Amino acid sequence: MNKLVLLALTATLCAQDRNPFANDSKAAEAGQSHFRINCSLCHGLGAHGGGRGPDLTHAQKKHGNSDADLFRTIHDGVPGTDMPAALGSIGVEMKDQEIWQVITYLRSIEVKAPPLPGNPADGKALFYGAANCSKCHMVEGKGGRLGPDLTKIGNARSVESIMESVRDPNRQLSDGYQTVTVVTADGKESRGFIMNEDRFTVQMMDTSERILLLEKDKLRSFEKSSVSLMPPYDKTLLSDNNLQEIVAYLLTRGAK
Amino acid sequence: MKGAVLLAWSLCSGSVFGQVTFDRLLNSSREPQNWVTYSGDYSAHRFSALDQINVENSNKLMAKWVYQTGAPADGSNGRFETTPLVVDGILYGTAQDGRVFALDARTGRSIWRYERQLPRDIRPCCGRVNRGLAILGDKVFFGTLDAHVIALDAKTGHVVWDVVAVDYKKGYSFTVAPLAVKNVIIISPAGGEYGIRGFVDAYDAATGQRKWRFNTVPEPGQPGIETWEGDSWKTGGAPGWITGAYDPVTNQIFWTTGNPAPSNRGVGRSGDNLYSDCLLALDADTGKLNWHFQFTKHDTHDWDATEVPVILDIGGKHLIVQANRNGFFYILNRSTGKLLSANPFGAVTWSHSKDAEGRPAPDKDIEPTLEGRRLCPGAVGVTNWYSPSFNPQTGLFYVTTSETCDVFSSAPQKYEAGNAFYGSAYVPANDSPGGGAVRALDPLTGQLKWEFQHLSYSPSGLLSTAGGIVFTGDAQGNFIALDASSGKILWHFQAGGEIHNGPIAFAVDGREYVAIGAGTSLFAFGLP
Repeated sequence: MNKLVLLALTATLCAQDRNPFANDSKAAEAGQSHFRINCSLCHGLGAHGGGRGPDLTHAQKKHGNSDADLFRTIHDGVPGTDMPAALGSIGVEMKDQEIWQVITYLRSIEVKAPPLPGNPADGKALFYGAANCSKCHMVEGKGGRLGPDLTKIGNARSVESIMESVRDPNRQLSDGYQTVTVVTADGKESRGFIMNEDRFTVQMMDTSERILLLEKDKLRSFEKSSVSLMPPYDKTLLSDNNLQEIVAYLLTRGAK
Repeated sequence: MKGAVLLAWSLCSGSVFGQVTFDRLLNSSREPQNWVTYSGDYSAHRFSALDQINVENSNKLMAKWVYQTGAPADGSNGRFETTPLVVDGILYGTAQDGRVFALDARTGRSIWRYERQLPRDIRPCCGRVNRGLAILGDKVFFGTLDAHVIALDAKTGHVVWDVVAVDYKKGYSFTVAPLAVKNVIIISPAGGEYGIRGFVDAYDAATGQRKWRFNTVPEPGQPGIETWEGDSWKTGGAPGWITGAYDPVTNQIFWTTGNPAPSNRGVGRSGDNLYSDCLLALDADTGKLNWHFQFTKHDTHDWDATEVPVILDIGGKHLIVQANRNGFFYILNRSTGKLLSANPFGAVTWSHSKDAEGRPAPDKDIEPTLEGRRLCPGAVGVTNWYSPSFNPQTGLFYVTTSETCDVFSSAPQKYEAGNAFYGSAYVPANDSPGGGAVRALDPLTGQLKWEFQHLSYSPSGLLSTAGGIVFTGDAQGNFIALDASSGKILWHFQAGGEIHNGPIAFAVDGREYVAIGAGTSLFAFGLP
């Protein structure tokens, strides 16, 4: 490699806005190896999502779609989330070149966004109206607090996965939304989800969105459950057509 | 007995710094007010003979001081893994990024602090951690993430000597607390995730000159090379990142080693891969290998044997025991290395039979595959590096455990010096049970006597005391006192950060303290 080419490549790498390995299949292969070592613990072996990290095969990424966005997300991490910086804090250690290779790999397995399954405007009306979604879920600051904020769900999950969660919410509870039922010493029962917990205390939100701060040894009973607070929305509660429209609405929010 | 212990420490307390001779280290039980090695004594019992804080009054424990070490330079909360030392009223500790500090052990007020400017390209696999110091004479000793071994003046924190052990750019780092034996400082690197070639080093405490090195991966012409395929020994791993034990009777240092590299891929390194995942018995004067015992042959599941080995003398038997990451509790004759028993102390799916020596033998088809293969325990193991404790009064061995299963995958990976070299990865199995516990075992049988369940996986070490208490911590920041005979909760304190190290006990001016790190801060507790 002559000096000019090297200089150009260095400048590109430093600029951190364009992938120097774009569409390079060998770089994608190397990136897959780096991904398995550094990313798969949270994002799954094939980048289809894991316990903590979203599915990265979508064209729409939660924290930005451009090469520069992806580089920044991997290099710096995402404050306030489990996504660490690539500095070797907890097992994640990648040089700039390796990060670009991972980006090349992710581009190689990207699935193009499917066509919207319905009419987003109708979906929005259903979300905030007849389907009662907003009673528990929030989108862009509007809605309830009992369920996960769905503003960016379209970036993190596939259409099929979102639909499955509506039809069968017990299949996999979202992190941080485990159901709990407590009975206090005076016999009062409360149901809600666990906001935080340790060996001795629990901080929960009940179905009226009240925050309850409780000491476990003072409770008459404390029962966790993997049955979601959300009822299964079968076809009698929500038709396929209406579900598709709601998902279309969520996909358009996530894409913003 | 209580009065005798009180008198003993009263005689020593209140004095300013005295020389820490090898004789004092050998006879650390004579000065229970001090904590002079990583595990408290050469036998690695992590037991305190202090009993002022006991089962009856532990519910009155309260925070006495907090020392804030500061966040690591990478901006993360990281992991605060140090075990401090206490000598004659002064507490010495390390923190992330190679910080070292000396405090007034009664108040937590700083006496001196050493800060290190680390290169940007250090290669720590698992956080910018350090587990502590050794002390000998008038110096404290520690290793750095850029693979230096350093001696500081214990009175001032000034550097007395600073030697480069190895090139950190090849993936070496020091995270272990060294062990001072006679006039040398024993230390061993981390780096099993970078394809290093491990070693155990001894440095002259006075000068920093290296006295001996034992390579934990043999080279051509040495015994054990036949357990490596081709040139795979050159990148064979076998680091030694947890502090060992010392037996003065046989003059042996017991040191453990970690995984062979690459950790998840056995293709290309067929054979047992000695001396990875081993307990080594080394002559303290020469570093010569007297014997070894390999817990996991040809490991492909990252089951480092870097769990603290514990010396026991029970019923006339001279034993060394280890609760191993692979899920078995091993009892060995420490003179010969002969295996006496190996029993599971947690969920294990990889072995259902024993070999001719009584060693758990691997089942067929346990090797990681490209698509992944489920196996228990997961890579984190039934236990891990966090210290166990042996209490001679209850006769029980206490160990932190977790129940996990992982999907282990394997894929080809080319070695590049200084780059992570795993040969793929592992992810938690969907049905991994999770959860953590403190288990009390009969050390002669491995039989479970009681269990205290944590809410989740806990990375806390343990301390047991003559006050009848086992101290533990959890990932949610609770520091917890348990009844050593039953596991019943006696007291707890929410420290606000994950507990990722082992507790110690010490006394100053006749008052007992218990110390633990949480988050990035060091806490000391005592009675009102």
